[in-house]
Amino acid sequence: MSNTTLTRPAPVTGPSKTAKAGSRLPPGERSLVASPGTWFVWAGIAAFFIFLFGIVLSVLVDSLGKPWFNTWLPENFTTSWYQQAWTRFNLTHIMGVTLLVAFSVVIISVVIGVPAAYVLARGSFPGKNVVMLLFLLPILIPPITYGIPLATVMYNFGLGRTILAVILVNLVPSVPFVIITMTPFIEQINPAIENAARMCGANMRRVFTKILAPLLIPGILAASILVLVRTVGMFDLTFLVSGPNSDTLVVAIYRAMTAAGGGESRQLISAMGVLYTAMMLIILIIALRFINPTQLVAQVKEARED
Amino acid sequence: MTATTLTSSRAKSSASLSHRLAERGISARLLLLVPALVFAIGLFVYPFLYGLGLTFQPLPATQAQWGGGLFANYLAFFRDAFTFDSVWITMRLALPVALFNVLISIPIAFKLRNKFRGKRTLQALLVLPITLGTVLTAQGLLIFAGRQGWLNRFLIDSGIIDQPLQLVNNYLGVMFSLIISGFPFAYLLISSYLSGIDPSLEAAARTLGANWKQRFLRVTLPLLAPGIATTFILTFVLAFSVFPSARLVGDASGETRVLALMAYRSFGEQLDYAMASTIAIMMGMVELIVVAIVLLGRSLLYKGSTGGKG
Repeated sequence: MSNTTLTRPAPVTGPSKTAKAGSRLPPGERSLVASPGTWFVWAGIAAFFIFLFGIVLSVLVDSLGKPWFNTWLPENFTTSWYQQAWTRFNLTHIMGVTLLVAFSVVIISVVIGVPAAYVLARGSFPGKNVVMLLFLLPILIPPITYGIPLATVMYNFGLGRTILAVILVNLVPSVPFVIITMTPFIEQINPAIENAARMCGANMRRVFTKILAPLLIPGILAASILVLVRTVGMFDLTFLVSGPNSDTLVVAIYRAMTAAGGGESRQLISAMGVLYTAMMLIILIIALRFINPTQLVAQVKEARED
Repeated sequence: MTATTLTSSRAKSSASLSHRLAERGISARLLLLVPALVFAIGLFVYPFLYGLGLTFQPLPATQAQWGGGLFANYLAFFRDAFTFDSVWITMRLALPVALFNVLISIPIAFKLRNKFRGKRTLQALLVLPITLGTVLTAQGLLIFAGRQGWLNRFLIDSGIIDQPLQLVNNYLGVMFSLIISGFPFAYLLISSYLSGIDPSLEAAARTLGANWKQRFLRVTLPLLAPGIATTFILTFVLAFSVFPSARLVGDASGETRVLALMAYRSFGEQLDYAMASTIAIMMGMVELIVVAIVLLGRSLLYKGSTGGKG
């Protein structure tokens, strides 16, 4: 669908079709007028970015503006909304809870998930398909479907509205996620290395700590960062079990937006939203230094330019 | 599991029991799976079965209204038009959004397949919505596309429309928010499936005289189809379980009264855990039916060594 393919005639077609626009260009040069397909693609991308930047900028401007009603830009700019939001919603506590939950989930799901991914990546055993299905289901089923029974169980055990419950429910999709992301990384490691270590007398624990862990560091980092992003952004599950003292940032924003009696003033919510995006952006920038998102599914081959 | 151990045990089973088990894949290594299994059973299987059990313990009020004894919750789900309609409401939202995200991703992934300046920046920008999250997207849409927002202001000032368009607090608002969060995801998946297809196949087709339409329809599309199906499933799952944006930018009591919202209302507002579990489990069933149909179609497609992984 690129414009070079359109302009170059197929070898078997006769010279009658060479009258098509741009066909007399020397090899290696492209026509300046793009094809309709190109226009369509760029228009789509442009529309998407207009919405995306419109959304981000309007929240940002809203969080800095005072007052902003029916003009293009606010009359004055101020940072007081951030100070107000910070004290009003006790954001120190909320940020602390968010980070505590996110890092606990990352550490626990890596500790549980990596050994399981190792077993699933190496060799087969009876019932492997059942185990695989068990780990795939939490990712395929909508969070609300298992979240509501899970939250009911949590309340029955008296764990409702605690940070422990928030960590536990977030582990449900995270552990399978670690297993699925780690499996290709483990498959890349040559089993001969492990066999050699075992020949030299290393036991399972030493194989894991001295051989596999160093080789798996990139994979573990990639999985951890993805789980971190997912946990910070996870709304549904956290919302079902969290209470005033265990809300993460997303849930706190949602509660502020839907608060009874007209809710909080819009700018305060925008300020919290900007803080949330800034936090995610920092995590993602760190993440992109370690991983290329498209490489998680397949190795990227650049399409040939000819 | 070397060849010698295999042959020796086949000849006469004098090998120890643990050895014979190890040949079938049962060894101490499986112990590594135990923590994950304990976790999956404790936090996923047990609550799920418990919830399933709850659905057969309807509240007296539900039983009195709908009858049916143990199955009162299910009768209420299917007979109560207010609840059952939300199945269609959810489908009407999730199916078009998933289709749109996948169909729009295909040409864009094709176009961005070639090398060009700034490709990495563009890809990084396309991933940006992941940092926004549903709640911030909702807040941004309310401001940007609201009656006083920049979008309506621009359209009015440039003379395209007279009255501000109603773009939020309805079906359209939720649709926009789902496209903004779902499209980058669909694009990333499609482009990675596409990069798994060997470009020399297309080059070979070109040598044989196929034009771009033939190359796309006969070579690339069949190889990409399983990947498209997988992407559709994952995008659909995302759109199907929409919850915060349906409440925040949608019309929570009308056009976008989705299943997740109904389940949460029973759970958090009416404290009817039995009915909440019923709606939640029926929601999972509806979704799995769609996924199964797509998977069934996908199993008929080509699954070879090149491309279309997943």
